[in-house]
Amino acid sequence: MVKQNQEALDAHTRESVQWHFNPETGSPYWLEKAKSFDFDPLTDVSCFEDLNKFPLFEDDELRGGPLDRWIPKALLGKPTYVFETGGTTGIPKSRVVIDDFRIDYENFSDTLPDESFPKGSNWLMLGPSGPRRLRLAVEHMAQYRGGISFCVDLDPRWVVKLIKKGKIDEVKEYSAHVIDQAMAILGAGHKIKCMFTTPKLLEALAMRLMDEGSSIEEAGITGIFCGGTEFTQQWYRFAREELLGENVYITPTYGNTLMGLACGKPFDPADDYKITYYAPQPRAAIRVVDFDDHTKVVPYGETGRVKLFTMTKELFIPGFLERDEGEREKPHPKYPWDGVSGVRPFHKIASSTTVGVY
Amino acid sequence: MLEIPVIRWGKPYESFDQQEVVHFETGEPLAKVHQANAGLVKMDMRKAQRARDLLREIPISKLLEICKKAADLYMTAELPLGNGTQTPKEFCRIQSASTGMPEWMCAGNMKKVAFVLEHMDEILDSLTRGLPLDILTRGYGKEERGVMMSYQANSPVLGLVLPSNSPGVHTLWMPILPMQIGLVLKPGSSEPWTPYRMTEAFCQAGIPRECISVYPGPHDVGSTVTELCQRVMLFGGQQTIDKYKANPNVQAHGPGFSKILLGDDVVDRWEDYLDLMVDSIYQNGGRSCINASGVWASRHTEAIADAIAKRIGPVGPTSMTDPEAPLAAFTMTGAAKAMHTQIEEGLKEPGVTEVTAKYRDGERLIEMERCDYLRPTIVHCASTDPALANTEYMFPMASVVQCEQKDMLKKIGPTLVCTAITEDQQWSQQLLDATNIDRLNIGAVKTNALNWLQPHEGNIVEFLYRARAFQNETPAAH
Repeated sequence: MVKQNQEALDAHTRESVQWHFNPETGSPYWLEKAKSFDFDPLTDVSCFEDLNKFPLFEDDELRGGPLDRWIPKALLGKPTYVFETGGTTGIPKSRVVIDDFRIDYENFSDTLPDESFPKGSNWLMLGPSGPRRLRLAVEHMAQYRGGISFCVDLDPRWVVKLIKKGKIDEVKEYSAHVIDQAMAILGAGHKIKCMFTTPKLLEALAMRLMDEGSSIEEAGITGIFCGGTEFTQQWYRFAREELLGENVYITPTYGNTLMGLACGKPFDPADDYKITYYAPQPRAAIRVVDFDDHTKVVPYGETGRVKLFTMTKELFIPGFLERDEGEREKPHPKYPWDGVSGVRPFHKIASSTTVGVY
Repeated sequence: MLEIPVIRWGKPYESFDQQEVVHFETGEPLAKVHQANAGLVKMDMRKAQRARDLLREIPISKLLEICKKAADLYMTAELPLGNGTQTPKEFCRIQSASTGMPEWMCAGNMKKVAFVLEHMDEILDSLTRGLPLDILTRGYGKEERGVMMSYQANSPVLGLVLPSNSPGVHTLWMPILPMQIGLVLKPGSSEPWTPYRMTEAFCQAGIPRECISVYPGPHDVGSTVTELCQRVMLFGGQQTIDKYKANPNVQAHGPGFSKILLGDDVVDRWEDYLDLMVDSIYQNGGRSCINASGVWASRHTEAIADAIAKRIGPVGPTSMTDPEAPLAAFTMTGAAKAMHTQIEEGLKEPGVTEVTAKYRDGERLIEMERCDYLRPTIVHCASTDPALANTEYMFPMASVVQCEQKDMLKKIGPTLVCTAITEDQQWSQQLLDATNIDRLNIGAVKTNALNWLQPHEGNIVEFLYRARAFQNETPAAH
């Protein structure tokens, strides 16, 4: 299985490079960028390993316009979305998207257990929307599964500003305002059984329900897909043991606007809630690489920085160092390729970053 | 190796997240401390009222006896700690090894904690200004003079976000339990020792375990404690102080900018006060907020600076086990170097001279493999303008500042402890009226000489209890 998947990844790599560097189909950005390479992607890339020939992708390249430079020529004219990343301020990093978010979330949806996320049931999307991908993506997933998604907005950029100014009371008020809306939707007879939210908002919602003599389970939620901010093994255990009760399913995800959605390995009591993520290969791949040499994958079990590769028809990222580190994990029967566990902010930049604001 | 769990209202909780505390000189792991997550704190704070309810079932007179017993246990007993035990000697050794405080200073801080606990009855009597203590339990009652008094607890628990580097500050939270308020402790990452040892001493002495939580953890645990406890005492730098200065729920402790002011009437006799000035700057490694960081006088400042520098300039680091080790180490990478660089920048300003340089052999900054030291530094400032005239760092460092007496109160800024040596009645009155001074000593009292029967860094009773009107009978017509 592992070998087959490696072959599929190599084949997908060749196909992607041919698409993105073909003057007929590629994007202006990559066609222009290729002129600066000391190799020809069309002839010199024949497998996934060959992606190391590319220089690291710098995500600052995503700041500012014109955004058309990112659209592959073959897709020009199709309805296009722009999604922005993260909770920071300044000129945002933008990614143009046509269909990728739908495909990513359909693929992810297929990994969800139907007994906890019943087909046809409605969803609550409690997290950042605005220019971020999540709202449309979760809404599409709900529709794909035959349900309707109810959305509560949250603006992480405003929260970051409040935190930086030390306006903690206002952060609390804003959080309470968001939870008020979630409570109103949950209490309005919409038969919501599934939810997307972030760890912090889930905590806040669960505790509000407890304060009112109820619980997530009693509110009718049976399945939660949770991510967007740091999701630790300890928090996973806390959520399972204290926040939700044993009848509510929760699955962690790791993803971003560039990659799509990595799936968490199914929960296994034998390894104490350990969280291992597997990227949606071959559309995207993650590797755990040496801190000093990003072309070297660390041995299994060792710690390194997360390096991302995205290869869809819409986006080509031949190696980008995420702001995260973790441990390299062996392939899993359900996801027979490399995974990463213990994902946390990269230690060298962690202290300068405001994480987990929503 | 010692493994220390989180304590959730008395119950040990083993977390998947753990942090090693290491020896600052060797890097040898000393203990593995389990880390709480913010959610645990939020979940537990929903039950905070129970801590106060349980404490209110114990008469304060009994709680005061418990404090005395806890003091004895803290000072003498081999107490459980996580999966092991700890003798007082082991406590000092491990505290020194993780914080960089010499062992004898750690032992000295133990004595301070024990003193406060042993004298808790006098301290509460003093801090409450003689209030019958059962009024704190019942909420109201009559004083001896027949006046109805009512006090309401502002919070069922006090949250404490504690520092890593200054074991002496733990004395500040000792009066909380006998005031029937529960404790939510977030220890500093290098100094979990005092919170855990005190918790065990209190509980073995008779405090119900359900009244204390101890949450070691990352920053968000501290911010959650700060957010959810209705009363919080926390420790940090000036930035932290500024952040919370408008928040009545938070009592923030930071640099003290404590000073000695020499009045014009005594300044010609400055040599009489040299020991007082040296001790105020230098004792406890200069690390406390009550150590003097400034000596202000209208004349003789160069001679004063020189005399102090001559006494403490040659001092350098020795072994942590040296019974007279004068300096604490900086265990956080880069901290000492950053302070050193800031001082060097400050010395470039006109009118600023470092006086200690000529009395020490070598540099101020001593960089070692896993820790650094800063040697005592005395700076002379010919006016109040330079930045170094009013700065504070965590080692024996002080500025001797030339300033007219009439300008001192306007220029000294916020001052935690001010020792004003003067017999000038008019100036004494101005000092008494100065609201930028917290603790005022008029006379030859060291800045770091504590009187526990006085309010210290904000009266803890006023912080935890609100005096209010209460009537259970119609007042007389008037």
